[in-house]
Amino acid sequence: MSAAITLAKHGACPVVISDAPDAGGQGYRKLNPHIDLDPRQIYGPEYHRYESLNRQFSELLHIIDYRPSTLAWAIYGGKAHVLRDGQASEIPYRGLILAPGATDRIMPVPGWTLPGVFSLGAAQIALKDQGCFIGRKVVFAGSSPLLLLAALQYRRLGATDLAVLDTTGFSRKLLALAGMRHAPRTFAQGLSYMRELKALGVPVRTGVELKEIEGRNRVSAIRFAAASGKEHRIGCDAVALGHGLRSETQLAELAGCSFSFDPALRQWFPKSDENGRAGERLYVTGDGAGIGGAEAAVAGGSLAAIALLEELGTPVKPGEKSGLQSKVSRLRRFQKSLARAFNWPHEQAATLPDDVIVCRCENVTAGDIRKAAGDDLGPVEVNRMKAITRCGMGRCQGRFCGPALAEITAAAAGQPIETVGRLRAQAPVKPLPLSAARSEP
Amino acid sequence: MAGKTQTVIVGGGLIGAFTAYFLARHGQAVTVLERSFVGAQSSGANFGNLRLQGRDPRQYPLSLRAQAIWEEFETLAGESIEYHRTGHLYIARQDDEVDKLEHHAQTARGHGLEIEMLGTAALAARYPYLGRDIRAATFCGRDATANPRLATPAVMRAARRLGAKVIEHCEVGSIGHKGGCFEIGTRTHGSFKADHLVNAAGAWGGEIAAWFGEKVPMFSAGPPQFVTEPLPYIVEPSMQMVDGSVIFRQIPRGNVIVAGYPRTASEAGSSRTLVPPAKTLSAMQTLGAIVPALGDAHVIRVWSGVEGYLLDMIPIIGPSSARDGLFHAFGCCGHGFQIAPGIGAVLCDLISTGSTQTPIEAFHIDRYRGDVTANEKIAREFDQSAAR
Repeated sequence: MSAAITLAKHGACPVVISDAPDAGGQGYRKLNPHIDLDPRQIYGPEYHRYESLNRQFSELLHIIDYRPSTLAWAIYGGKAHVLRDGQASEIPYRGLILAPGATDRIMPVPGWTLPGVFSLGAAQIALKDQGCFIGRKVVFAGSSPLLLLAALQYRRLGATDLAVLDTTGFSRKLLALAGMRHAPRTFAQGLSYMRELKALGVPVRTGVELKEIEGRNRVSAIRFAAASGKEHRIGCDAVALGHGLRSETQLAELAGCSFSFDPALRQWFPKSDENGRAGERLYVTGDGAGIGGAEAAVAGGSLAAIALLEELGTPVKPGEKSGLQSKVSRLRRFQKSLARAFNWPHEQAATLPDDVIVCRCENVTAGDIRKAAGDDLGPVEVNRMKAITRCGMGRCQGRFCGPALAEITAAAAGQPIETVGRLRAQAPVKPLPLSAARSEP
Repeated sequence: MAGKTQTVIVGGGLIGAFTAYFLARHGQAVTVLERSFVGAQSSGANFGNLRLQGRDPRQYPLSLRAQAIWEEFETLAGESIEYHRTGHLYIARQDDEVDKLEHHAQTARGHGLEIEMLGTAALAARYPYLGRDIRAATFCGRDATANPRLATPAVMRAARRLGAKVIEHCEVGSIGHKGGCFEIGTRTHGSFKADHLVNAAGAWGGEIAAWFGEKVPMFSAGPPQFVTEPLPYIVEPSMQMVDGSVIFRQIPRGNVIVAGYPRTASEAGSSRTLVPPAKTLSAMQTLGAIVPALGDAHVIRVWSGVEGYLLDMIPIIGPSSARDGLFHAFGCCGHGFQIAPGIGAVLCDLISTGSTQTPIEAFHIDRYRGDVTANEKIAREFDQSAAR
């Protein structure tokens, strides 16, 4: 949205392709207009940013060619290949800005595939899109700055039976953040979320270890060990699980980006310069380019748009970029510290019980992966592991199991994570119905 | 790691694997050098068809020898590679294609295969899910399918158990020949000495042949392939349009695997072939027309591979003319999976006894000393950019 607003203000007529029915990333996701939801309650102090972005976008809709509910399933030969209303078509472009966002990064725990377990992002989408909670008694579990925010959004809208289980210790967070002299608003925000939750009576446990999500046919409880080592159980009918974010990078790969490994975040990101430029008239921005959060996405989108305009020969005001550049890099640096603070529990990959399913689409367990790695000439690289075990080969194409697959492979092979590689992408990035091809010549 | 071995095989694809397996079983010291992982390229990315009908007539003795090995492969390797004797249906949608089917059937029958000719009534009864515009089809019950991703590592493991050495991530940088002995230099594992050298480098086999002055024009390409989500299991045989547009099969777990044509050129200098979206769509459309019941199926994954092609669409197999002790087996033109065990057995014959009962003269590298006529498939099944 932010990139489109900037392009439109400079007289360009951008085409915005959005998989979602309404524009706005996940951070400032537009609330379903058919449901009576108060955005002030959901977005709290962020409301004015949410409102301003959506208002500016709406005001420019006569210039922006906006295509919601449209899946960009391939980028090839200077064209975006899209699927809309079940039909495939092509959109040629002069410049491309990719802002595909991120999804939750999830480390499996025993029981994580039970009905009633949602990703943290899905729990928020249920609220923003359908106006409902994922359960009557919801536990927000994992390690993410969004845990507190999501719990608070639920609480503000009237959910009463909630709990937060944060696998990162509070002192660890403080330690990681202590070195930051310009800890931005986000840090203060985190503390205020914590205070607000406490005031509203939502229990927040930090430094816990998730042991198991229990239940026969669906979630009935979550078992965890407190920092002291003592085990506890909380009865619940839904769990929102997340361990931070992972960038959506398939389109960037199809567009020709190269990738580099970020050892702090233990993820691969498309390479780009300080403006988000990743190739000729090709830009990546938002959480899809590097985890930075909603505020960084707004600044980064605008920055990419200005840089693209310059590259295409449109005059822009001098100095317009520099403020945005420093903002994006400051916010990304901060997110990196956050990532260190909110630990991605990669060490759990080594101890995950053999019978836990890692790949839901293809029903592949941690034991299957370890067995393959232990075979003579067994795979020590993720694409190879996928080929042998089918882990990551199903409907989601490894978008959910990929991070855990890499960690388990690295642990089983006794190799550093950066050497086991990255799942390669081919179009379509999401499933494509055969019927979509009918209109093609 | 360096040392003297009787045979060094360059290339750890399926041909290298079977050659190593048979040589080791024959008691020979053999070492496979693979620059990446075993079975990483077209050996692992192909469609997985073990098809006998419709092959080049010159290939039947080799193909039949190979099929007999496939039929006992899982016993021999001691693990499953999802071998499934599904049978194969060759389908004609135009009248002139029916003549082609009959011609193929006659050739196959001449080599002892049972081929069933099916008209529209028989097809509607046996395969009611097929579209109505099909004129005729031939069925060969001995044809089968297997999972290519699992096959090469399984054969390599079996070869290792028999004493073969298999070295991954070992790229060959030079090959010399001194005092009746090959000297193979690698960057990572020192040098190897060998009496016999097998060039089984697949799409890169032409480069190695050129080191010995045997120039063969080759190009790399791959067919777009895709797989659907799992669906109820209805399609048992693997099915192929005789016009070369599409080939598909369903595995018992439900996914439908499809390869479409024309083939696409591989990326220059790369070990992958990026599938153009238009080709995926075109294969999807063809499949939807042939099996209307699949109209709402979702394609979940697309891939291709890097296959080595030659103008006459048959591989190079046999001894080199330039150097005694050198044997070529590469450029399988997209149909190497089925014949690979046969090639391995033949190379073992040649290396250990000096001759073979299986006729392979048609595949000799010398045919490229003169002008070679391009196969009609080159024009029909390739992009112009691929078939350069």
